[in-house]
Amino acid sequence: MRLAVFTDIHANRQAFEACLDHARARGAERMICLGDYVGYGADPEWTVETVMGLVESGGLAVRGNHDSAIGTPSESMNAEGQAVIEWTRGRLSAAQRRFLAELPFVEQEEDRLYVHSEASNPNRWRYVQNATDAARSIISTEARVSFCGHIHRPALYSMSSTAKITSFIPTADVPVQLSGSRQWLAVVGSVGQPRDGNPAAAFAMFDTETREISYCRVPYDIEAAAMRIRENGLPHWLADRLSVGR
Amino acid sequence: MAKHSVQPGEVIDGFTVGECVHSGGMATLWSVTRPDLATPLLMKIPRVSEGEDPAAIVSFEMEQMILPRLSGPHVPACHGTGDFAHQAYVVIEPIPGTTLYSRLGELPLPYEEARVIAWKIAVALADLHRQNVIHHDIKPSSIMFRPTGEAVLIDYGLSHHNQLPDLLQEEFRIPYGTAPYMAPERLLGVRDDPRGDLFSLGVLLYFFTTGVRPFGETETLRGMRRRLWRDPQPPRKLKADYPPWLQEIVLRCLEIEPVWRYPTASQLAFELAHPDQIKLTARSERLQRDPLSTVWRRRFNGNVSQSRGKADVAAQLDAGPIVAIALDTTEGSLALNEALRVTTQRILATLPSARLACLNVLKLGRVTIDRTLDEAGNNKHIDRLVALRHWASPLKLDESRLTVHVLEAIDPAAAILEFAEANHVDHIVIGARQSSLRRTLLGSVSAKVAAEAACTVTVVRPPRLDSLHEQESEDGNPAEARA
Repeated sequence: MRLAVFTDIHANRQAFEACLDHARARGAERMICLGDYVGYGADPEWTVETVMGLVESGGLAVRGNHDSAIGTPSESMNAEGQAVIEWTRGRLSAAQRRFLAELPFVEQEEDRLYVHSEASNPNRWRYVQNATDAARSIISTEARVSFCGHIHRPALYSMSSTAKITSFIPTADVPVQLSGSRQWLAVVGSVGQPRDGNPAAAFAMFDTETREISYCRVPYDIEAAAMRIRENGLPHWLADRLSVGR
Repeated sequence: MAKHSVQPGEVIDGFTVGECVHSGGMATLWSVTRPDLATPLLMKIPRVSEGEDPAAIVSFEMEQMILPRLSGPHVPACHGTGDFAHQAYVVIEPIPGTTLYSRLGELPLPYEEARVIAWKIAVALADLHRQNVIHHDIKPSSIMFRPTGEAVLIDYGLSHHNQLPDLLQEEFRIPYGTAPYMAPERLLGVRDDPRGDLFSLGVLLYFFTTGVRPFGETETLRGMRRRLWRDPQPPRKLKADYPPWLQEIVLRCLEIEPVWRYPTASQLAFELAHPDQIKLTARSERLQRDPLSTVWRRRFNGNVSQSRGKADVAAQLDAGPIVAIALDTTEGSLALNEALRVTTQRILATLPSARLACLNVLKLGRVTIDRTLDEAGNNKHIDRLVALRHWASPLKLDESRLTVHVLEAIDPAAAILEFAEANHVDHIVIGARQSSLRRTLLGSVSAKVAAEAACTVTVVRPPRLDSLHEQESEDGNPAEARA
């Protein structure tokens, strides 16, 4: 089965639409969403509605820290991030807020694990920034392949049977076969707010038969997404950063 | 993880196992068949039982990832892989014959034979590097030849693919590979520089032409580290008749700093294909190793650059293309040749490691018997070479980056295309003839080259003159025609 994995959509409708189209065109059969559907962007209602639709039609979603903050104000979030969360809360319906509040932190199926931040302590929201962080996540699970997001920069880590960690910055659209002799942690780039210097929206595809992962980059109408942020009176720097991907 | 040993007659993913043809330290090789594949096949199975070196597994994983991505005559074709979750294997095309290792008893080889061998390996390396792979274990036992002559590089267990995870990056505390052939930067953990393969090829060429390994056979880390500061004996010191051009090539490959080696395997192949055109430097004449003062400076100042960003293999190759300029040196080509020079300057300005091959075709008559000398008794071939160098001199290009070639042919376009093919030219720059009468009668050389070349072609025309616009404008209004 071909899975499409989306994370850190951050209410960016233009980016999410472009990624969904791209994934469907590439034969995605199941949509996996790794959290942070809201925050930063100007289209939270549409985004949460879309994720709810994906889950209804057999997809899977876990919870991110921004989704959590809709129900429970977070201490770790900066003031401006918090301001956008307040604005978002007012936009979402009760049903949408309940959907976010009831999402699990982590999901597992077959030999795969899905989590927003990392697997060792999913509700601590720690970033996977390097091989040490990746090792902490990998050793906490039996899953052969874990998928996470949160850091907004794509990466691929592996741990051999002798506990050696490799790290790798994936090349867009070059598939990598995930060897069964090691455990893997696929850090998926952000749909709605990429921060690796490439402004194109990011997601990943994984084929459970061939065990090949592809990191995809999709150009989208950045100006329209930025305009929506400005129109809604959200901080301008949230609009500006989209075009530089930082 | 499967640990049972494979038995003849067993069927694995549709491949029927035949006899075991080789049993090595890291893997066993079996002949296998599959009903839908008529060619003979070889299945390589790693040794993965308890107590085996984990390196064997990791190397095998790398080979499994890399082999299916490779194509072309210089690699064994891959027909399937099996994951460690069930039975790990790769099925590849068997290459008939023996590896270059079988020639070790005959060393040193004649210079010309060694040059041809090294040229074939360099061509194969260029093809591999273009596929984003650095071999990292170039040595005689990794090299075979097809019956048609092309070198085939085998064994990708230590290789690095620039677009795939490098599973070997953290696996070993000491660099893993074949000590006598290993590039100095590998000892510092650098695995993403394709010029490491050029160093190994230099070791091989030195060994094959002198019978001696330039850095001995040391296997200790301490012994290997010496090559970070100590250069080898110049071959001419060992063999008085050693050709200077060959020493130039060998010592340039063996430069301690990667940046002093050839920028790309293609450029090394080009030099090996044209030994008479090699720009000889002080390297070619050396009879002594570097003075101790130089060696000490390297040793204690840490010359080989240690901290570097992630190297992009494709970008490195792109910066060092082979550019061929096709020139007409006859009368009346002045404006066009000036335009060609301007275009060439622009290309060179953006490509610091590019090398330039200036071509001129000496057209042979179909019927007449051509004479080497013209009516005034001058040698036409030499005259053309002089004219090409004269054209290139304003480019102020280092001579090691410039070659000139006069091709003798009946069909100029075919000659240019053949040269580009044989020398793996990346970019052809050619002028378009302006004289429409000649073009109508003879056909356009540039059009044929542009249509049939396997590489990028830039067709250059001299700046247009205003009078041309007026002629072309239907209503005779030049301003409108330019708009």
